[in-house]
Amino acid sequence: MSDSDLEAFRAETREWLEANCPPEMREPVRDEGDVYWGGRNASFKSDAQKAWFEACRDKGYTVPEWPKAYGGAGLTPPEGKILRQEMARINARPPLSSFGIWMLGPALLHFGTEGQKQKFLNEIARGEIRWCQGYSEPGSGSDLVSMQTFGEDKGDHWVVNGQKIWTSYADEADWIFCLVRTDKENKYQGITFMLFDMENEGVSTKPIKLISGNSPFCETFMDDVTVPKSYGEDIPGYVGEINRGWDVAKYLLGHEREMISATGGGDRASSLGAVTSRAGLLDPVLRAEMAMFDVDALSFTAMSEKFMDELKARKGHPAQPNMLKYAGTELNKRRHELLMAAGGSAALEWESEESNGGKTARSWLRTKANSIEGGTSEVMLNVISKRILDLPGA
Amino acid sequence: MPLYYDDDQTMLAETANQFMAEEGSIKNQLRHWRDRNCKDGFGHALWKQFGEMGFTGMLVGEDDGGLGMGQVEANIVLEEIGRNLTPSPFLSSSVLAATALKHGSNDVKGRWLPDLISGDKVYAVAIDEGPKHRPETIACNAEKSGNGFRLSGKKDFVVYGASSEMIVVAARTSGSDSDDDGVTLFAVPQDAAGMSHDSVRLVDSSMASHITFDGVELDGDSVIGEVDGGREVLNAMLMAGRVGSAAEGVGVARGAMDMTVDYLRQRKQFGKVIGEFQALQHRAAHLYSEVEIARAVTIKAAQLVDGASEKADLMASVAKAKVAKVAGLAVREGVQMHGGIGMTDEYDIGLYMKRDRALQEFLGDQYYHAGRVAELSGY
Repeated sequence: MSDSDLEAFRAETREWLEANCPPEMREPVRDEGDVYWGGRNASFKSDAQKAWFEACRDKGYTVPEWPKAYGGAGLTPPEGKILRQEMARINARPPLSSFGIWMLGPALLHFGTEGQKQKFLNEIARGEIRWCQGYSEPGSGSDLVSMQTFGEDKGDHWVVNGQKIWTSYADEADWIFCLVRTDKENKYQGITFMLFDMENEGVSTKPIKLISGNSPFCETFMDDVTVPKSYGEDIPGYVGEINRGWDVAKYLLGHEREMISATGGGDRASSLGAVTSRAGLLDPVLRAEMAMFDVDALSFTAMSEKFMDELKARKGHPAQPNMLKYAGTELNKRRHELLMAAGGSAALEWESEESNGGKTARSWLRTKANSIEGGTSEVMLNVISKRILDLPGA
Repeated sequence: MPLYYDDDQTMLAETANQFMAEEGSIKNQLRHWRDRNCKDGFGHALWKQFGEMGFTGMLVGEDDGGLGMGQVEANIVLEEIGRNLTPSPFLSSSVLAATALKHGSNDVKGRWLPDLISGDKVYAVAIDEGPKHRPETIACNAEKSGNGFRLSGKKDFVVYGASSEMIVVAARTSGSDSDDDGVTLFAVPQDAAGMSHDSVRLVDSSMASHITFDGVELDGDSVIGEVDGGREVLNAMLMAGRVGSAAEGVGVARGAMDMTVDYLRQRKQFGKVIGEFQALQHRAAHLYSEVEIARAVTIKAAQLVDGASEKADLMASVAKAKVAKVAGLAVREGVQMHGGIGMTDEYDIGLYMKRDRALQEFLGDQYYHAGRVAELSGY
């Protein structure tokens, strides 16, 4: 596509956004209620949120780079980049957030059958089904492959028993993509990537209260849950092959690391010092630390951009997401330490209206998980050592 | 523009990589001239080869006989210079002086550009006054005298100044020391009466001059750009020089890191290759991450300079500060992980540490540029 075509696309996009993105949807996301997750039980917080979501859904802009047949807009990578830039320019909120978009979708695009893509991707793109992810178990964190949740083969279905932990929003999700052991003799080639409805009998969830006081994660229990091997013609109840779910999981972990490094990381174009109150800058040493942070954060933004550009062009080292995940999450933790320092005693408030329910403090605590979830920083460094630096025995 | 090299740039990188690794290697250049106590601190024969390769005039416009390339291309050459610690006046002459001369009149260009492009002559730039980079303050004074100017004052850290046929000098022609206006750039020939050099060797074996101007008479033709309006040209030079030295710093960091990781794969202690120890692996992996980020922001800054973006100035300081931090980390980790032999002159890792130190200081260190990032961001 020529540069002039792209510029025409930019102009069109700008016009479309102008006409379809309501002013309220150009305000920063203040709290969880501002995020639209979709799903069977979803409700809109405002008419503007509804209008913005529906406009994007109808245009394929909830998943702009997915093919049109699966609910996307079929944008090319350069077009996708332009759309992101134009949305960022007006601070447009994401119309739909979901683990279906970020994780299951990419897995299905890569490993799914045509029937699975038709059904599941369209449901995700239209915000009809909200997914959650069942990976970690109480005894299997960094060493995920040691997981024990077991599916007993009963011919046309499995009977699944076990427990998952850190399942994000499992109490609000409609379906789960879940790693289940289907061969106890084979560690890596004995796991199946199953898909099933959270309303199935035997599935129960229990929110986990975190140090932030919030409960975005659950424990999910499976007690004799029936998981069919097929949901219809060409729609298997698992992704990839039976007993080869680890391949899908590894692929997805790469995606998760990209996502965390892009959203949770320091990927913000604005400077931290510039958004800090005057009182927070009174201490020259703190101001200096902010300046050093801004140097690192603006540099990381360039790294994220380079990574995305290389990804689209299929350049770059395949283990690079581990590096972004490591650097981005460590940076975000530092950012929130500085925000707490700059906020002073006001940032300590936990419930007051002025503090928006302790948002600064709760966010600060939340970021401590950034370098744990989706692979700890230490695991990331192990992977970089082994796969990129080619150091022995890592 | 995507943040990776296009086909032409990839080819240039391969060419520069090969040339610097062979002709510009540490053994053939840095050690060779250092061990002979060379008063220039670099090889003129190599500089001539730079000219033959087309590197010397790459930033000069095609209309003026150059290649009309951009900062991204100059940075590609500089990264290879950094990786091989190749001593050369490329940054002073072909980036800083060339950027200044682009703003000169046709007479100024005609007088100085051909010899720069051919590699026959070397030029330097005189900006700093004192041991720290503070170009906001220019006290070196050029007062009107007849049809020309009379230059008095001192300049420091003029890299390869004594080997240069011409020096671009930032001087004050009106106003007070810290004014933006009232700065003028002059092309001062080496043989100008009243100019004296105290040429000193620096920690990285390069040479730099303390220059004293004692009533140096300059004719009006020596002005580059507008009288009293030199700040704009100076800023353009500084931006190109800062982004360029960031690229050289990325090369230094990568060179030091590669050498260190190689060493981790070979050195044995306690019956194991030391690269098996997780304590070292995690430090090496952290260093890798930082070097990748420093490289990304340097490419970004170069693209912004080429695109004349309004963000270029900010990102030039971001890149310079980031690279200073990261290259510093690379050479410190390099020496430490090499252990005792890292302290010996025989091993090259110490040379990286020395070059990095000089490069960090050149055109402003991380502290100066982080402060600048804060100011440009409005805090």
